[in-house]
Amino acid sequence: MRANCWMGVKRVEVVDVPEPRILNSQDVIIRVTSTAICGSDLHLYNGYVPTMEKGDILGHEFMGEVVERGPGVRKLKVGDRVVVPFPIACGACNSCKQQLYSLCENTNPNAWIAEKLWGHSPAGLFGYSHMLGGYAGGQAEFVRVPFADIGPIKVPDDLSDEKVLFLSDILPTGWMGAEMCNIKPGDIIAVWGAGPVGLLAMKSALLLGAERVIAIDRFPYRLRKAREHMGLECINYAETDVREALEAMTGGRGPDACIDAVGMEAHFPAPLGLYDKAKQAVRLETDRPIALRQAIMACRNGGTVSVIGVYGGLIDKFPMGSVMNRSLTIRSGQTHVHRYLKPLLDRIRKGELDPSFVISHRMRLDQAAEAFDMFLNKQDDCVKVVLSPNGRAAA
Amino acid sequence: MIAAPDVRNLLNVWPWIGIMINTIPNETKRSEMYDVDRIEEGGDGRGLARALGYFSIGLGAAEVAAPRAMANLIGLHRRTPQAGLLRAFGLREIGSGLSILARPSAAPVGSRVVGDVLDAAVLLAVLGRKQTRKKRALVALAAVLGVAALDVYCTQRLRKTRSVANGQQGVQVKKAITISRPPEEVYGFWRDFKNLPRFMSHLLSVEILDDKRSHWTARAPAGQQVEWTAELSEDVPNQQIAWRSLPGGDIEHGGSVSFRPAPGNRGTEILVDLSYAPPVGSLGRIIASLFGEEPAQQIDADLRVLKQVLETGEVVQSDASIRHGLHPARPSRDSELLAEQSGRSAGSLDRLEAEKVGKC
Repeated sequence: MRANCWMGVKRVEVVDVPEPRILNSQDVIIRVTSTAICGSDLHLYNGYVPTMEKGDILGHEFMGEVVERGPGVRKLKVGDRVVVPFPIACGACNSCKQQLYSLCENTNPNAWIAEKLWGHSPAGLFGYSHMLGGYAGGQAEFVRVPFADIGPIKVPDDLSDEKVLFLSDILPTGWMGAEMCNIKPGDIIAVWGAGPVGLLAMKSALLLGAERVIAIDRFPYRLRKAREHMGLECINYAETDVREALEAMTGGRGPDACIDAVGMEAHFPAPLGLYDKAKQAVRLETDRPIALRQAIMACRNGGTVSVIGVYGGLIDKFPMGSVMNRSLTIRSGQTHVHRYLKPLLDRIRKGELDPSFVISHRMRLDQAAEAFDMFLNKQDDCVKVVLSPNGRAAA
Repeated sequence: MIAAPDVRNLLNVWPWIGIMINTIPNETKRSEMYDVDRIEEGGDGRGLARALGYFSIGLGAAEVAAPRAMANLIGLHRRTPQAGLLRAFGLREIGSGLSILARPSAAPVGSRVVGDVLDAAVLLAVLGRKQTRKKRALVALAAVLGVAALDVYCTQRLRKTRSVANGQQGVQVKKAITISRPPEEVYGFWRDFKNLPRFMSHLLSVEILDDKRSHWTARAPAGQQVEWTAELSEDVPNQQIAWRSLPGGDIEHGGSVSFRPAPGNRGTEILVDLSYAPPVGSLGRIIASLFGEEPAQQIDADLRVLKQVLETGEVVQSDASIRHGLHPARPSRDSELLAEQSGRSAGSLDRLEAEKVGKC
């Protein structure tokens, strides 16, 4: 089968690989109908996540049709159309029982590496490095999905792939980012990053009752998306001082909650941006926490900073004094996707939510290299790319 | 096939070294908490170990900062192509020094002995060269041998201290894990010793001889097999199992595993406490650790597999874990899996078999 593989820093290639097989009794094999490139795939692409091997199949946002199932699978049947959450969860450990699915204790066979870096290991993820399990990803024609009765959700035929595909990651991630803000009436939420996750976090914050939502980015076409689809106020940090603008917009209080939907590869105008870029280049810090620092400093006293952008390791000049002295709450986590599947699918079905507005490009799987390059360099107003493995790019 | 690692990807590994160093003090605390019967500071070799640690760091820093001056000092030409090697040796020295200071015990000091052997070998190799100043090189060699003697003495001293403290000879490993199953079930699974090879990857077989005795066969480093007869020394249902090896086996060891209910209905906390005399002393243990057969890590991995088997009914596999060695995370070819199986021991095959067994 054809699959998009990581071949080194800034190199992906669609190559022929063996087809997946059932390895555990609770596995299913899925024929992928749609898969997407995630912003967090760019961290792998740029080489900022350790323990990638040349030839790893990428992709953790995918959906498709069940074509084979292991003897231990009870609920799913061959022919079912499903969306698959990006964290792999067993459903039986203490973390899963507490619905902390992205912290499943049994699905990372390489847990010892993650333990060395982070103290304890989270769950295994599809197509996201060997220290997070070494699972082949879904940017392929077929993919093996373990614990099929726990993760995948069946979706009705009358909803198109584009409407439900993002249940796999970015929609629940944006939703959890907003949920962690504990939004109360009158709250103003600022979101750093108007990429796919940021845009869906903005949408979720509105649905969860935020009074106003402010979008922060440096690409006018992305901010336009926030304004046109949701009528949001926008700050272009390349042109405006973010702190000043936020103070003016919030009567000097600062936003009640700040969402960091940027993560480890934040940009910022010189000199601070250059400082972190230089330190990261020589690996004195692994992550550039510029958006996070700004979100902390901007947040109102006693407010919440919700971190859904991906971080990998160490950050520098973390304003802990601001957090402690101003009673800030920091909440974070890889999304516990399984929790949100049903409620979000219900909202999509009722028409309250249509996450497909983030899609800017529809391409074929074999155009993956081109798509990664375009997404990274923000060419052609790229926001979100959906790939189709069956050769036809949806119109 | 092993893909050549991308250099820029390798670069990414190094900030993590910083994290690991950061975590060393915690490790020390934990080990001290475990070794409650450790004897007080004093004439037990630990003072000497610390001195060797500081010496290591000082020497290493000099080698890293001024490799050419150091080369000159030991009789090499100032423009020697070995400057890079010296710098690498310097990093090694700093590493040994830090690990000794973090935990002044036999293993890290023993690692210095390995380093001394390397240093001496390099000096002997360059002694034969024309441009080497023999006198300086011989003095350097004498110094290395002197320090090596000190290292060996210190290692012995620390090992004796350790055995006095633990009341037994050899290496001690303690590992804990929580399994979301009641103690009766976890104890019952473990007590049926025939189950052990299902999650202990080194164990090939356990044969029950009678109520108390069983015969064990395990894989050892470098393709060896070891066998011994174990005797059950304690068996408190749902709480504790203890055993020791009988004289005449290949490995002398004893151990216990305790089961206690985890608070708040979280299942069972397992604590494994194992002590054993390694096959070829502590040097053997260091060499084994280079090949990933470090016992602490192995027991950790085994307990994780036990947890998978008891909680999910099988050993959870990924594209990376289904075969050994570095390889990309993509489905395996039949030939790759077959090669894996014929290369594997029966014990590991058992592990694959374990997948097929339903919930225990």
